[in-house]
Amino acid sequence: MAKVPVQFTLNGSEKAEFIESGTTLLHALRDKIGDTSPKGGCHQGTCGACSVIIDGELKLCCLTLAETCNGADIRTTAGLAQGGVLHPLQRAFLDAFATQCGFCTPGMIMAAKVLLDRTPNPSREDVVEALSGNICRCTGYEPIIQAVLLAARANSQNAA
Amino acid sequence: MSLALQTFSTVKDANAALQVSGTLYLGGGTLVIRAANEGDVSVSNLIRVTEPSLSAISVSNGKARLGASVTMAAIARQPELAPLAPAARAVGGPAIRNMATVGGNLFAPAPYGDFAVALLALDASVATEDGETPMEAFLAGRDAGRAIVTAVEFSLPRAESFRFLKVSRVKPKGISVLSIAALLQRTADGTVTSARIALGCMADRPMRAKAAEKALLGHKLTAEEIAPALSAASDGIAPITDPIASAWYRGQVLPVHLGRLLLS
Ligand SMILES: Cc1cc2nc3c(=O)[nH]c(=O)nc-3n(C[C@H](O)[C@H](O)[C@H](O)COP(=O)(O)OP(=O)(O)OC[C@H]3O[C@@H](n4cnc5c(N)ncnc54)[C@H](O)[C@@H]3O)c2cc1C
Ligand code: FES
Ligand code: FES
Repeated sequence: MAKVPVQFTLNGSEKAEFIESGTTLLHALRDKIGDTSPKGGCHQGTCGACSVIIDGELKLCCLTLAETCNGADIRTTAGLAQGGVLHPLQRAFLDAFATQCGFCTPGMIMAAKVLLDRTPNPSREDVVEALSGNICRCTGYEPIIQAVLLAARANSQNAA
Repeated sequence: MSLALQTFSTVKDANAALQVSGTLYLGGGTLVIRAANEGDVSVSNLIRVTEPSLSAISVSNGKARLGASVTMAAIARQPELAPLAPAARAVGGPAIRNMATVGGNLFAPAPYGDFAVALLALDASVATEDGETPMEAFLAGRDAGRAIVTAVEFSLPRAESFRFLKVSRVKPKGISVLSIAALLQRTADGTVTSARIALGCMADRPMRAKAAEKALLGHKLTAEEIAPALSAASDGIAPITDPIASAWYRGQVLPVHLGRLLLS
């Protein structure tokens, strides 16, 4: 199979790789580049565990071919903590017990991040809608919803 | 899995490449890549086009033209397309809507194709390099066609004349039990003068409820006057059976939901 070059920015740093044509972004990120924060749950678009942010939009990297991301700005949960300090969403997920096995967490956090980036003070319904493509088999969702609302409150207090 | 992707900058070149057997067009990939991940070996050589016109939305003189690569999320956030936002928002969750294209929805087998149901009610036309085809004829022949769809075009409905309903078991997002779109013109006293009703999940692809449309003409949208249309709604349906619902169940609940939509 022919190898093709791909080049994109991952969490602010330039990445360039030769990959096999037809490789999914999930495979490229995890197995080539070594960012294992996006999880492969279903590879079917159904679970949301592989959610990443591409050029500001939430996408499923299991259904995205890496070579369609040339020049893109890709953000994953691995890039959220700065200088060893957790991102407010990560902090809130811990404080609100919103993560148990943790498998859904990176996808949930990415989905929550695009919501808070656009809607800093979301309603509960906004949060439910934003997370509606992400499945969690452990928490029963309520702690996750509370964590996102908590992070929003923490953000607005910091901004005040 | 062994996939290969070729990228073209023009529809013309991509159309030529698509004539090679075993090649498939890649839209947002939510169905195509899913099939490949699932082990569908018929998906191997993929073709995509980066021509910017495919991602363009234009609205002028009451007409809307959506490029085939326009996503459900782009439709939902475009204020001029507000009457269509409920249908666009009905497709998948947020990430799917950022990927799922108009073009792909035209080909999506039931239970998918919620947006195509809306386009059928609106009597959209489907553009390829060879010209324009009315939505109904396009759907009938979609399995045989090998031309890239470039856009869909339709007259923008007035908000009060267009209704859309998707019924699913999981909230706020779930696969369709059924979906219904209705374009209804009415006189000042509420009498229906024209009706186009499209149904999703009542066949392998969106279909019109022609008997119900006819039964509504000359009537007002009251429980009594719509009753004949509700009985006629099941004419010619062959609902799908899947893990969401059986064909029998879908057939049973169709008149109930059509009634709710018409009375809403
Ligand atoms: C988790 C999940 C949930 C979903 N929920 C819904 C839902 O609620 N409602 C719904 O309607 N759908 C749903 N879908 C199905 C799908 O996402 C949509 O139907 C979507 O619009 C398909 O578009 P796409 O661009 O991703 O298609 P692709 O996967 O890229 O293509 C689908 C088919 O269309 C062909 N095609 C695509 N574009 C063109 C074109 N321009 N010209 C010619 N052929 C073309 C492809 O060759 C392929 O055969 C869901 C899918 C997933 C994975
Ligand atoms: S792994 Fe991508 S949605 Fe489940
Ligand atoms: S914490 Fe286990 S799946 Fe969500």
